Amino acid sequence: MTHVSVSVNGEAREADVEPRTLLVYFLRETLGLTGTNVGCDTSSCGACTVLLDGESVKSCTLLAAQVDGREVTTIEALADGERLNPLQEAFHRNHGLQCGFCTPGMVMAATSFLKENPAPTQEEVREALEGNLCRCTGYQNIVKSILDAAGSMSGATT
Amino acid sequence: MIPAPFEYARAESIDHAIELLGTSEDAKILAGGHSLLPLMRFRLARPDLLVDIGRLSDLSYIREDGDVVAIGALTRHHDVANSELIQTACPIVADTAAQIGDPQVRHMGTIGGSVAHADPASDLPTVLVALGADLAITAAGGASRTVNARDFFQGLFTADLAANEVLTEVRIPKTTAGWSYLKFHRRAQDWALVGVAAIQRNGGATVALTNMGETPLRAAGVEEALAGGADPATASLRADEGAAPPSDAFGSAEYRRELSRVLVRRALEEAMGG
Amino acid sequence: MVATEPFIGQEVLRKEDPELLTGQARYIDNWTMPGMVWMAMVRPPYVHATIDGIDTSAAAAMPGVVGVFTAADLDVGALPFVWPITEDIKVPVHHPLAKDKIRFNGDAVAVVVASSREAALDAAELVTVEVTELRAVTDMESAMAEGAPLIHEELGSNVTVHWDHGSVGDMTVFETAPVVVHEAYHQPRLIPNAIEPRGCLAYGVTSMDEYTLVSSTQIPHIAKVTLSGVCGIPESKFRVIAPDVGGGFGSKLNVYAEEALAVALAKELGMPVKWIEERSENYVATTHGRGVTHDCTIAGTEDGKILGVKFVEIADMGAYYQLLTPGIPELGGWVYMGPYVPETYHFEFRGILTNCTPTDAYRGAGRPEATYVLERIVDAFARRVGKDPAEVRRMNLHPPFHESTTSVCGLNVDSGNYEPLLDKALELSGYEELRKDQAARRDRNDTVQLGIGLCTYIEMCGLAPSNILGALRYAAGGWDGATIECLPTGKVIVKTGTSPHGQGHETSWSQIVADGLGVTPDDVEVLHGDTTISPLGMDTYGSRSVSVGGAALHFAVEKIKAKARTIAAHELEVSEEDLQWAEHGWRVQGAPDKAKTIPEIAMSAWHAHDLPEGTEPHLNATAVYDPPNFTWPAGAHVCVVEVDTETGKTEIVKYVAVDDCGTVINPMIVEGQVHGGVAQGIAEALYEEAIYDESGNLITSSMTQYLVPSATEIPRLVTDNSQETPSTTNPLGVKGIGEAGTIAAPPAVVNAVVDALGHLGVTEMGKPASPERVWRAIQDAKGGAA
Repeated sequence: MTHVSVSVNGEAREADVEPRTLLVYFLRETLGLTGTNVGCDTSSCGACTVLLDGESVKSCTLLAAQVDGREVTTIEALADGERLNPLQEAFHRNHGLQCGFCTPGMVMAATSFLKENPAPTQEEVREALEGNLCRCTGYQNIVKSILDAAGSMSGATT
Repeated sequence: MIPAPFEYARAESIDHAIELLGTSEDAKILAGGHSLLPLMRFRLARPDLLVDIGRLSDLSYIREDGDVVAIGALTRHHDVANSELIQTACPIVADTAAQIGDPQVRHMGTIGGSVAHADPASDLPTVLVALGADLAITAAGGASRTVNARDFFQGLFTADLAANEVLTEVRIPKTTAGWSYLKFHRRAQDWALVGVAAIQRNGGATVALTNMGETPLRAAGVEEALAGGADPATASLRADEGAAPPSDAFGSAEYRRELSRVLVRRALEEAMGG
Repeated sequence: MVATEPFIGQEVLRKEDPELLTGQARYIDNWTMPGMVWMAMVRPPYVHATIDGIDTSAAAAMPGVVGVFTAADLDVGALPFVWPITEDIKVPVHHPLAKDKIRFNGDAVAVVVASSREAALDAAELVTVEVTELRAVTDMESAMAEGAPLIHEELGSNVTVHWDHGSVGDMTVFETAPVVVHEAYHQPRLIPNAIEPRGCLAYGVTSMDEYTLVSSTQIPHIAKVTLSGVCGIPESKFRVIAPDVGGGFGSKLNVYAEEALAVALAKELGMPVKWIEERSENYVATTHGRGVTHDCTIAGTEDGKILGVKFVEIADMGAYYQLLTPGIPELGGWVYMGPYVPETYHFEFRGILTNCTPTDAYRGAGRPEATYVLERIVDAFARRVGKDPAEVRRMNLHPPFHESTTSVCGLNVDSGNYEPLLDKALELSGYEELRKDQAARRDRNDTVQLGIGLCTYIEMCGLAPSNILGALRYAAGGWDGATIECLPTGKVIVKTGTSPHGQGHETSWSQIVADGLGVTPDDVEVLHGDTTISPLGMDTYGSRSVSVGGAALHFAVEKIKAKARTIAAHELEVSEEDLQWAEHGWRVQGAPDKAKTIPEIAMSAWHAHDLPEGTEPHLNATAVYDPPNFTWPAGAHVCVVEVDTETGKTEIVKYVAVDDCGTVINPMIVEGQVHGGVAQGIAEALYEEAIYDESGNLITSSMTQYLVPSATEIPRLVTDNSQETPSTTNPLGVKGIGEAGTIAAPPAVVNAVVDALGHLGVTEMGKPASPERVWRAIQDAKGGAA
């Protein structure tokens, strides 16, 4: 067993886990944070995207042991109680989700991206999503949601 | 899938990592894990010990060293792509790093891991071969050696790196002459079907190919033709000389050969300001 | 939130979103129970082999293993197949675990049950199988060849069904018409790729013989009826729940081995049993789509009038039939005339067994396959007569009609007005300018050429009138149910028999009921996907939900209103005839201030202190609706591509989708369905195909090799759903939109690629139009020209 001590959504969490425990199963099964989904076994679909020290990573391609001592943020941390954050709100407003399975990964990938590029073009948004697959939306309203969020978030700071 | 069971050890230093690697027949280094863990999830790789060097923060750096930019082996693709120093001093490296995988992969994957994995479909090795970058390697007892990228890649997933050695640094000669890295792929997140790195050299160019054989390849025929005064269009016809491209679901060998000719011409036109 | 009625037609934001956006969704892998054990399937790495022995001892000895079971150890019946399309169809027996033979990559021979996911997977690796390998046939031609290995020896042939739709009109036209074009098209297998793989959890109370299956399925109701028999549980004691389901696209319109095994093991072991599919497992064990080859003939006049169409198809069934397998090509049988009016028609197909994953419904199910070949050959015909493909389509379109009209394929089409759709699509694409740009690039001999592709289509939705399904030998009906309960607090509960997995029924159904009852969508709670809560239903597939389940809501609303009227008349001391429905309630004619709303009447009906004689307490109603006909949406799509003639790479620069789906309940949701369907159609046209190696193994066995496109590969789409030709089939006038994109996009895109290269002599390159295929087609054309 390996001891893992990690800050998850601002809370210190620790556990002894098998070394082979992938971060996504540590989150889902050890900590009960089931908002992060698993859609593939090849790091292709991005459904499992979370933030590691604020940057998007695929939690199915990381060992829990690798994130010891670091900060992980998952979809569960974004809303303030019932109030969706601006990105979640934009997905809702623009119909940026259908079945919702890829959505947590999309939202987390977009969170990381908008931090790096707060005023992106449509092309840049599409490139930022190259590691996240969706089968329902054709991506159009996801892209629209992220552009809308970028606008509303920059509006809020000026 | 979930990897088969293994032991896990965190290295505190390079020497410690080398020592740990010596404790098991079947140990593997874990850097970002983005080459190794996918294989382990399908149980195609079943190391009994993983030596995690991810904590060796002194292996993550980008610094100027005279005519060279030195990049620590644990520097992530994301940091390589966004480094102002690299963008200025060796722009082809920053541009290529930005084309690897997807943002999440670039946030974890490291230059050292990518080079040591020696996957011929990988982009950075080709660029390092074109640039003639040096690779610094540390072995047991602190012995260190340097090998040029052009000699490092020996075969499919095989490199001049022993099981108890650690790749520590990539040293890239500053290169701002005309350059191009063209990656042809079906989807943005896919490996290159074919990739071409071209760097202008007085009158001619150095040209290297991704996924046209078991290692990154120099397009020697093209370089020779250019040196002999051929124009890019003519020289590019020799792009696949000596290449042995694979045939797979993405494309046949024959098609890859044709792509290499087209892409070499286009890369040369970009690099040589055609 | 939009606050005023009518809510139908408004972009009401989705009620489903908050839980999905905050990580609180209840997908199957989020379900857990005390004492739960995990199931892992043992799928040996063979394609076609006799099973000579199975050794489970090493696996059984692993820590955490509860048991290892082979077919001999479990009392579970064969899997359901419900669509024997002909009287003499040969039907293979499909056991959940292979008994004597492995017949495809996904065939399992044993199942491991263990205390954890890891323990089950570790043990599954240790089950060894002794086999004698047999030659595998993974393409239809090899499977049909003389001396081909038989997939099921007892059937005597790999050709198991021949469905002949017959001929209408003068068949000599295919010899005598001034223009006759013959083409063959192959549409490779596709892997559906719902982003959530399958999974299930079965549990029960063994002493009561009572069991529940929670499954990532599109069809809880059909699963309940069929699995109760397979697993030997009285249907009255069996409940199926579809929780939040992460997409289906037809791949979850099925009853699978793992569901039957989980229930059987829950019964055998008395423990909750859970199984979650791996993605790579999904690629071999979950149904594929398409996999068909057509011989096509079109006959017409020199000036472009279509006289007849003839299609002879072979369809790859895979190694077994799943729930509907041979019914899928049959479903295409009614749209081979498209929106046109050929007088002569012929269609027949044969179903072929191969050593591949069974095929079954995939978004569009039969209709994309039919539309693809029709729209491809219409383009070939246009080229032959030397006319613009838009012009040939226009001159052959069916004139507008608003009453149900019989088509040459034999069914009644509800309504249609096709030409304005084509006009709109051409206008939105800037068609004339595009043709000029194309001509200029050809003149300049540009490396990058422009191509414009069209598709005008109709589709058959709203499965379906039960009597027609019966005539087609389908085992079930096509009706659906709706129950509405008006609660005393003013809230309304709706129980629907449809089972959404991304389509937003909770929102759209709320809009329909809110308008009907004079409340707001927020007042309406829609319950679905649980056979105990909502027992009357036939689930969600085939763009049926709104036109059958939504229409059922309409009739339940009418029943509620009728009962409410009786109560209102009693309370207002007027006769029912004096009341009219206006402004959210029953109002006295001439004295509209005297009124009762549904919430008021619901309270009266609940406390039941003073109800009219003969009126039962509680304001509730159930309607079960069996539609009199299918619904027939239509549309016109235009795709514009740039093709790099040196590399063969295609880029879509513009895509216009104009669709008429009848009455639009929620434009935002309709548009989203078009986006998703078109993206899947583009994927089919340019990226996706299941490829097998010579020994029959799937090469495209993971998401790294099977190319599901991302946002960088899919262009921005232009959509228009403003034309709403009401269906005459149902009172809402709705037709359905979920499959339009996968029907229209593949031919539009491939036609565009061919069009870009037409001046080089290219007429075909196959699907998907991958860079290599395009490059080869250009090389071949050059060779031909030289």
